[in-house]
Amino acid sequence: MSGKVAISLAVNGETIEALVAPRTTLADFLRQDIQLTGTHTGCEMGVCGACLVLLDDRPVHACLMFAVQADGCAVETIEGLTHRRAIDDLQKEFHERNALQCGFCTPGMLVSAYGILASGDEPDRDGIRDALSGNYCRCTGYESIVDAIETTARQRRQHMEEEKA
Amino acid sequence: MKARAFDYMRPKCVQEALEAFVSADGDASYIAGGQSLVPALALRLQAPGLLIDIARLDELRGLSLAGGHLRIGATTRHCEILGSNLVREHAPLLAKAAPFVAHPAIRNKGTFGGSLALADPASEFPAMALALDAIIEIASVEGSRRVGAGDFFIDLYETALQPGEIVTAVYVPLATAKTRTAFDELARRRGDYAIVGAGIDAQMQGGFVERMRIAFLSVGSTPVRVRAVEAALTGRQLTPEAIRQAQDVLGTELDPVGDEHTPPEMRRHLARVLLGRLLGRLEASR
Ligand SMILES: Cc1cc2nc3c(=O)[nH]c(=O)nc-3n(C[C@H](O)[C@H](O)[C@H](O)COP(=O)(O)OP(=O)(O)OC[C@H]3O[C@@H](n4cnc5c(N)ncnc54)[C@H](O)[C@@H]3O)c2cc1C
Ligand code: FES
Ligand code: FES
Repeated sequence: MSGKVAISLAVNGETIEALVAPRTTLADFLRQDIQLTGTHTGCEMGVCGACLVLLDDRPVHACLMFAVQADGCAVETIEGLTHRRAIDDLQKEFHERNALQCGFCTPGMLVSAYGILASGDEPDRDGIRDALSGNYCRCTGYESIVDAIETTARQRRQHMEEEKA
Repeated sequence: MKARAFDYMRPKCVQEALEAFVSADGDASYIAGGQSLVPALALRLQAPGLLIDIARLDELRGLSLAGGHLRIGATTRHCEILGSNLVREHAPLLAKAAPFVAHPAIRNKGTFGGSLALADPASEFPAMALALDAIIEIASVEGSRRVGAGDFFIDLYETALQPGEIVTAVYVPLATAKTRTAFDELARRRGDYAIVGAGIDAQMQGGFVERMRIAFLSVGSTPVRVRAVEAALTGRQLTPEAIRQAQDVLGTELDPVGDEHTPPEMRRHLARVLLGRLLGRLEASR
């Protein structure tokens, strides 16, 4: 029993064919099999949010699914979002107000923030806090993280209005 | 910790999934969203030899209207319930409860059928299935059967499901012009499981309660209907006095559990507070 299974998935736009043991989580696959260590693992039970990645463009916990379940899907990690410059503005705002200290939670925070911003509406602070309720940060006290996301959302809206005008 | 080794299969149809479970002699688990099962495997609370992935089966998908009911396919994800106009219009109570279910990323994977099959008494959707008098459609190798929510939740994590059976869909009676609903819960932090929560599905006519169902979550080993409270309110107007009396009835009817943070008395008190709030805002809210 428990032989390896062939899977094919897109990771950050690149097709990857691999043999995985069914019990390998997507988080371990990303970190250990294909060396994308930007996805962090903390609790490995869905509580801390350090392991968030995009699955078919929606944030999910990479520790709460097995790599075999991602067969045929598109996964994007913090590396992918960074390289295609999808969150340059967000990263700049995080940097400017020290919305990270040790940085352990940051990839998960950015993936959550990407999800919030992708919805297109401009969330209020309560809405942002709500959407970050599954992301733990042990350093910053959250205030600066909420600031960074709020500012990015406002800037994106202003940018869109300018383009329309 | 990591899960113990297991085999994995993705069947092409429900029948194949059911047969795979039988062939495995019961040493198997279905996996849908995995948002409860994967942590249980990681903690080795469960260690089945085979995972049967039902998340992508077309037969289990989708939201649609079906003869006076809203059909919710078992693998409909929490985020789909939250974003659906059909749900907002025809099952407003579910739309109100959905934002309280876990966190956004968990809602992106967790499924409605998985939540009912797991039957966590602290979960929102099982209690709302009870408040809505939903019908649960179940498949086994012998065929298909339907069970009312009132007969589905039996004990802690125990349902009418027999080993190997699959929840295929849930049917929710459609809201009418008289329907009034309310949902709320009290939790320590956003997204946490509630200390106590409740949903109400009522039919109101000219300010009078024609019919009311109230279900609580996080008060016992199953979601709980409070029938004495419902009876006390039926035929009445929701005056401050009627609400106070309903709260008193609740205080005697409810026999809540305690845990390390919340003694039973505190939970009973919070349930009364919550009931008062929900009844107070019921008339104004479809
Ligand atoms: C950090 C965290 C917080 C959470 N907070 C909440 C919360 O506040 N409220 C809440 O309600 N839930 C919460 N959840 C649980 C989440 O909603 C789960 O998604 C849900 O309870 C189970 O759905 P699933 O599809 O993920 O099921 P899975 O994890 O795939 O399966 C759960 C169980 O049900 C069985 N099963 C699944 N689908 C079927 C089916 N169709 N037929 C028969 N058996 C089936 C499986 O075999 C397994 O035993 C939380 C989870 C986490 C990790
Ligand atoms: S590692 Fe996935 S949520 Fe903590
Ligand atoms: S910056 Fe250290 S955990 Fe968030």
